[in-house]
Amino acid sequence: MEWETVIGLEIHAQLATKSKIFSGASTAYGAEPNTQACAIDLGLPGVLPVLNAEAVRMAVKLGLAIGATISSRSVFARKNYFYPDLPKGYQISQFELPVVGLGSLEIELEDGSTKTIGVTRAHLEEDAGKSLHEDFAGMTGIDLNRAGTPLLEIVSEPDMRSAKEAVAYMKKLHALVRYLEICDGNMQEGSFRCDANVSVRPKGQHKFGTRCEIKNLNSFRFVERAIDYEVERQIDIIEGGGSIVQETRLYDPDKGETRSMRSKEEANDYRYFPDPDLLPLDIDEAFIDKVRATLPELPDEKKHRFMTHYGLSAYDAGVLTASREMGDFYEAVVQACGGNAKLAANWVMGDFSAFLNKENRDVTEAPVTADMLGQLLQRIEDNTISGKIAKDVFEAMWNGEGTADEVIESKGLKQITDTGAIVAICDKVIAENPAQVEQYRAGKDKLIGFFVGQVMKESKGKANPGQVNAILTEKLKGG
Amino acid sequence: MELGPKDIEKIAHLARLRIEEGDIPAYADNLTHILDLVEQMNGVDTDGVAPMAHPQDASQRLRPDVVTEENQRDHFQGNAPATEAGLYLVPKVIE
Repeated sequence: MEWETVIGLEIHAQLATKSKIFSGASTAYGAEPNTQACAIDLGLPGVLPVLNAEAVRMAVKLGLAIGATISSRSVFARKNYFYPDLPKGYQISQFELPVVGLGSLEIELEDGSTKTIGVTRAHLEEDAGKSLHEDFAGMTGIDLNRAGTPLLEIVSEPDMRSAKEAVAYMKKLHALVRYLEICDGNMQEGSFRCDANVSVRPKGQHKFGTRCEIKNLNSFRFVERAIDYEVERQIDIIEGGGSIVQETRLYDPDKGETRSMRSKEEANDYRYFPDPDLLPLDIDEAFIDKVRATLPELPDEKKHRFMTHYGLSAYDAGVLTASREMGDFYEAVVQACGGNAKLAANWVMGDFSAFLNKENRDVTEAPVTADMLGQLLQRIEDNTISGKIAKDVFEAMWNGEGTADEVIESKGLKQITDTGAIVAICDKVIAENPAQVEQYRAGKDKLIGFFVGQVMKESKGKANPGQVNAILTEKLKGG
Repeated sequence: MELGPKDIEKIAHLARLRIEEGDIPAYADNLTHILDLVEQMNGVDTDGVAPMAHPQDASQRLRPDVVTEENQRDHFQGNAPATEAGLYLVPKVIE
């Protein structure tokens, strides 16, 4: 039987506010345990939550970026469950009336086609603390620094049909929240994490199969692997005559498998009800307009502009707009090199990105600035150096040996364009290789490559290849 | 709607309340009466009435995103039965 996979994602984006969603405690990452957990975060008696304006602004920003409706009135609700890292015994979240309603996001598939994924809703809520189960004999340690950190939970429609589509959606949303500067996107620190709802059904069947929820996937690779594993597991069970039990599962990256976590409590077991400590959140048009005015150029808009303005392919434009920083860097290089957009694209996507990847660095941490790369490209354009030598210069710049001009000067890499000098080298090479000259003249045209290679070697790569080619062809023809 | 002993046990468990076996019939009776009242209200025509999220007719005030709280860990942990290395200690919980 042929099976169809159905995936919906719930993504938690930690909002990049300075203070918590309902208290004035800091949200800075990495502080000593419990030094950023104030009376409100601890749920001490008598405290009241007060909503952070910035968190609301950020939620609206995302809503506008995905073309969603912004609720003029939304309501905070208590989601009740008991766990030691949730001091109040409930999480303040939104249930029936979320701040962001139905929107959508367009993803690009591997074959270059696009697909629209529905975003059901996005709601504001507070994060819980952290439990540390090791190191304390028979006890669990609780760190409440993270308790009360603002989260935006972004819930997709069950619109994805493969792990690859799920990853494409997650990457798109990841780029978007960073463009909007509402989340730092740091997956290792848990600022952007994902739960995946996965089910399978016979192809052609309308009704969804029973789903399992895979919790806390904190890398793109894990999302793909966990979903692929889960799909196979479910198909095996059904084909073996069994049926899927709705449950929460945890992905174990070491074993590459998912395992049952706990029977998922029925949704109504959370006994949601409006939080009497918080009044309804009213958002008026003026507030929305103000937020709209702060929207940056979005990834899709930037990509489109790169294609039309710089004449880049869809693929190149996509790579160069994957992050806001990369797009900014690219445009700065184009500016600095005098406008050769294609050359700039090749270098930013080629050597520059290769060095970044090799050293696992972010574009903003690169030792080669856009101005430095721009100058290097100018030297290729004005024939000071060849593209091949430029690679060496780039590496030297990366290693802190100076600007392009400084490296070219100090290493004596300036291309030889003096015809007389090149002719001399060509003559020398021809004189030293009589056998090859014979063969070339007997019709073995391919040997031109050999001669060019020898001349380049002799000139230490500094001769202009175009000139060398022309001179050699001329000289070898005669005799 | 009639609540039975099983419902009462489930509700008590969800709220992590320990109740005496002998009190269950009384709880069931009381809660059933509350639900009867709700059922009675369900009979009222509420077409055109917006659901009320809060008894006060006001909207949420927002605070500026400023860090105002200082570290008071020692103070707060003075009330905790067990702490270690800055952490609150609780009986071991493992999923």
